[in-house]
Amino acid sequence: MTGSSAPLVLRPFDLLGGWAIWLVASLGRFGSFLLEALGAMVTPPFKFWAFVDRIDFIGFRSLLIILLTGAFTGMVLGLQIFLVLSRFGSEAFLGPAVALSIIRELGPVLAALMVTGRAGSALTAEIGIMRITEQIDALTVMALSPMRYLVAPSIFAGILTFPLMTAIFDVVGIFGGYLVGVELLGLSAGTYFGEMQSFVDIGDVLLGFWKSISFGIIVTWVCTYKGFHVGHGAEGVARATTQAVVMSSVLILVWDYFLGTVLP
Amino acid sequence: MIKVEGLWKSFGGNEVLRGLDLEVPTGSITVIIGRSGGGKSVFLRHLIGLVRPDAGRILVDDVDVARLGGRALDDVRRRYGVVFQGGALFDSMTCGENVAFPLREKLRLPRTEIVKRVDAALGQVGLEGVEAKYPAEISGGMRKRVAIARALVTEPEIVFFDEPTTGLDPVLVNTIHQLIADLHRRHRFTAVMVSHEIPEIFELADLVAMLYEGRIVEIGPPAAIQASDNRVVRQFIRGEPEAAQ
Repeated sequence: MTGSSAPLVLRPFDLLGGWAIWLVASLGRFGSFLLEALGAMVTPPFKFWAFVDRIDFIGFRSLLIILLTGAFTGMVLGLQIFLVLSRFGSEAFLGPAVALSIIRELGPVLAALMVTGRAGSALTAEIGIMRITEQIDALTVMALSPMRYLVAPSIFAGILTFPLMTAIFDVVGIFGGYLVGVELLGLSAGTYFGEMQSFVDIGDVLLGFWKSISFGIIVTWVCTYKGFHVGHGAEGVARATTQAVVMSSVLILVWDYFLGTVLP
Repeated sequence: MIKVEGLWKSFGGNEVLRGLDLEVPTGSITVIIGRSGGGKSVFLRHLIGLVRPDAGRILVDDVDVARLGGRALDDVRRRYGVVFQGGALFDSMTCGENVAFPLREKLRLPRTEIVKRVDAALGQVGLEGVEAKYPAEISGGMRKRVAIARALVTEPEIVFFDEPTTGLDPVLVNTIHQLIADLHRRHRFTAVMVSHEIPEIFELADLVAMLYEGRIVEIGPPAAIQASDNRVVRQFIRGEPEAAQ
């Protein structure tokens, strides 16, 4: 890409071509990394305790932030939607409005963004430090696959914990809306939950479920990849961690829109 | 026998290895010396299969490891032990777990056998009683010794040492060298070591090879290297500054 010998007039095309080659090669490495990890996931030996450790790292330790953000998201939604609905005299629909917003959209997306911020960044930093301190090389020269020990358990744990975190976020968020709508603003509990049962169906829950599973794969894939391909020293780890969080967050939002358009 | 033939490697136009040739006799301790940034560690990473050469062959008992991948390369690596420059101990594990790790995951030995071998390996490097400590809780010299114990616990045929004494005081340097010599006498492995420790390394090595500008410019027993007429070798082992050339 650098040190081009092309005539001056062709330099922009040369640079563009070089950039395109770099992009395709990067995407190829990114894709083959996931395929290799999936291969390690479905072939024995399965590293059960590494998987349990990753569930703790990604899921359990994110529980507090999920509970907090879920509760306050539900409360804010309860307040704002109540104020909007009251202009039309439709406060009775607060329950389904809060539930649909959270189950279909905000639950999976915000839970994924929160877990990315807490666990994804730590995952990249941990693997990145293992890379620069030659711990990954040590695994490799022991004829043991780093994919099997580090990446596959993380992606598997992401697939399992993201839907669970989302489910917790959803429940806490709906009760946050209840707290504001019913306990503070005087809507009846029967209306809040009754209308919710009428309007929310299994398709809405499944949409959130598929979103959260795919976010689990995206976040753990991006974060382990960035940690694995970290640059040099502390600066390299810092840069990889930032890139992992930014890339995961952007991909979550892009993929959320895509799934929202193709799934019912 | 490890035989390296015409090894070339460049990174982004910068040629690090330029037709490197080397023979490491079975059962010997061969030490590669050379200037910092001269490609010694890169060369070692080729030998252990972490970097692929642009050209050339790396024959380990007539098998070209530079052309191997996947399981075939892993089969060769099972005969290796590697001591990395910083030790590369898994910091999430205790020292005992670090030494036990290759026994559990690589050799799949039963628990009682693992405990016995870990105790013996840590005993050999003079570190009884550190099993429960984490790498961050022990000194640099102790970490190097745990790394040596981990590399040797599977009784490998070939052991690679990447500057195992870097950053240690002269007493510890000699202690580690003495330890490697003792372990070598006991286990008779083939050792390839990258080191800067002049003149201490001459006590330990069977062969010393000088790497300069991507090639081995001189190889021989320590006495021959110390008496070498080669200007580059003389300058390096005497530590003469570049301006004196």
